[in-house]
Formats: sequence, structure tokens, C-alpha cells
Amino acid sequence: MTFRVHVRVLPRVGLLDPQGQAVEHALTALGFEEAGAVRIGRAIELDVTASSRDEAVARARQMCDKLLANPVTEDYLLDVESD
Amino acid sequence: MPRVAVVRFPGSNCDFDTLRAAESVGADAYFVWHRDTDLRGADVVVLPGGFSYGDYLRSGAIARFSPVMQAVQRHAAAGGPVLGICNGFQILCEAHLLPGALMRNAGLTFVSKPVDVTVEQVDTAFTCDYEPEERLRLPVAHGEGRFVAAPDTLRTLEAEGRVVLRYVAATERSPFQPNPNGSANHIAGICNTDGNVVGIMPHPERAADRLLGLTGGSGFFTSMISSHQGSST
Repeated sequence: MTFRVHVRVLPRVGLLDPQGQAVEHALTALGFEEAGAVRIGRAIELDVTASSRDEAVARARQMCDKLLANPVTEDYLLDVESD
Repeated sequence: MPRVAVVRFPGSNCDFDTLRAAESVGADAYFVWHRDTDLRGADVVVLPGGFSYGDYLRSGAIARFSPVMQAVQRHAAAGGPVLGICNGFQILCEAHLLPGALMRNAGLTFVSKPVDVTVEQVDTAFTCDYEPEERLRLPVAHGEGRFVAAPDTLRTLEAEGRVVLRYVAATERSPFQPNPNGSANHIAGICNTDGNVVGIMPHPERAADRLLGLTGGSGFFTSMISSHQGSST
């Protein structure tokens, strides 16, 4: 089976995110005063072939731990959907 | 004379400067390509600056898995000296040869200018020719040079004397902005527990020739010669 995996990688809460800060300032300047706590990361999508959803999740988690996210500075969220 | 391997990745751009700086002090320096699996008898390995793999994903994240990095890991594990400069430092952190990580500069800008640093650890293969606390003026050129590490890692680095270079606070003698990137504890360079793996953000290879105006970086290269002579006699 093929599973579509969505990975969201974000800078760890508490670490300075200058990109998020700059965008937050820009939103405020545009009149969106209600916006706050902006953080900027990246979204990664991939297909994972696996025999079960659990296996797909486990493999995707290994991919994140090994390459897609930096364990020192980033956290990630996984969302797996079957085809 | 030590054999100095300068590793080239797609996107390295300080490779020739580094090779030239090593040659200028008499080292037998040569290039190794990222696909190579043999360091060809290297005594010293240098990972030069640049934008390996276009900095895709994260700086150094993909270079870390280059075939050559397995050989670099073995060289480092056997106690061989490894120096990572700028992008090379980022690669060493991604490869877990050094702790911590280098994040986007606090000021958001790419910083390219001279900075003043203090050499805080002279017991390495790359700094043994400096005096303790010697002050150097070296260029930095990076967008992601903010060193971050967990609080206990920072404490360990400080307690074990593993901060090799530190940005100097602004004074009259040092007119440049201190800490150009927001690094924790003003850290500009660190080493591993054994002291054989060193990563630094400033570019000594750009400050190792009188024609370039600054010469304070040449000690990194003469140290390679001195430490090699020390270890082989």
C-alpha cells in the first residue's frame, strides 16, 4: 500500500525564530494586529510504500529523526493518509 | 609535511582558498571529492566553506550523508584532526561529530565582515600555534551561524574548555559588532571531547595572506604543521 505522508517541521518552541518574528512584524504592519506567535518551518510531502499504516508511520518517523528534522533545533508533526 | 585533504562538495566555494592557505605553509594539500570513499592517506581533513548541496533542507544536512563522510567519520574516530570552516562546521554538527546546531542569524541578514575573536583553546591541532586568549580579526560570511545547543551541552562545552573561538565584545579596540549572529555564549567555534574535531564559523583561509589584508588566520594552517611534527616525532 502507498501512504501519503505530510511532515511539518517547525523550529522548537523557545528557540529564537527570526523569520517568524520578521513575518509577525510584517503582518502587524499590514494591520493584522490579531496575529501572534508566528513560527516558520517547512512542509514536506512524500509517498511511503508500506504494508500497514503503522509501518508507514514508523518509517516516516525514522526519516524525520535521521534527516528531515534536526533533533537539536526542530520538532515535527506527521500526518499519514492512505491512498 | 602533513597530507591535508580538502573535501569538496557540490556547492563548496572556499575550497581553493583553503587548499592555497594549506599549501602556503608547506602542507601537502589536495582535493577529495564528496563521492570519494578514500581520503588517500590524509593526516588532516578540512571541510571548507560554501553551500554544499545548495543548503537544501538545512545547511550541511545532505552533505552529511555523502560517501566521503563515512571516511571522515572513521578518520575522526581514530583521533585524526578534522577542521570544519563555516559550512564545514554546519556539516560537522549535522554529522554529530560536534554537538549543537547552527541556525539562522538572529539579525536575519547574511553577515559578511571582519569580526574579532579570542582563541580560548590552544590545545588542538588547529590552534596550537596561537597564544592562549590571543585575539584575531577574521572574516565571517554566513546566513546561518547562530550556534545553539541544549543548556546542559553549553555547560559541558564551557566546563571542558571546548569553546575554541569566541566573539569579542565591542570595545574601542574592537569596533565591530560583537557576536554577529546571536550565538549562544558568543561562541564562534568549538571542539569535540578529544579536541581533534574543530568547527569554526570565521574563515581563517581568507585571512592567511598579506595580500588579503588580514593574516591572523594563518595560525590555523601553521598549527596543522606544528601538531603533525609534534605527533610524528
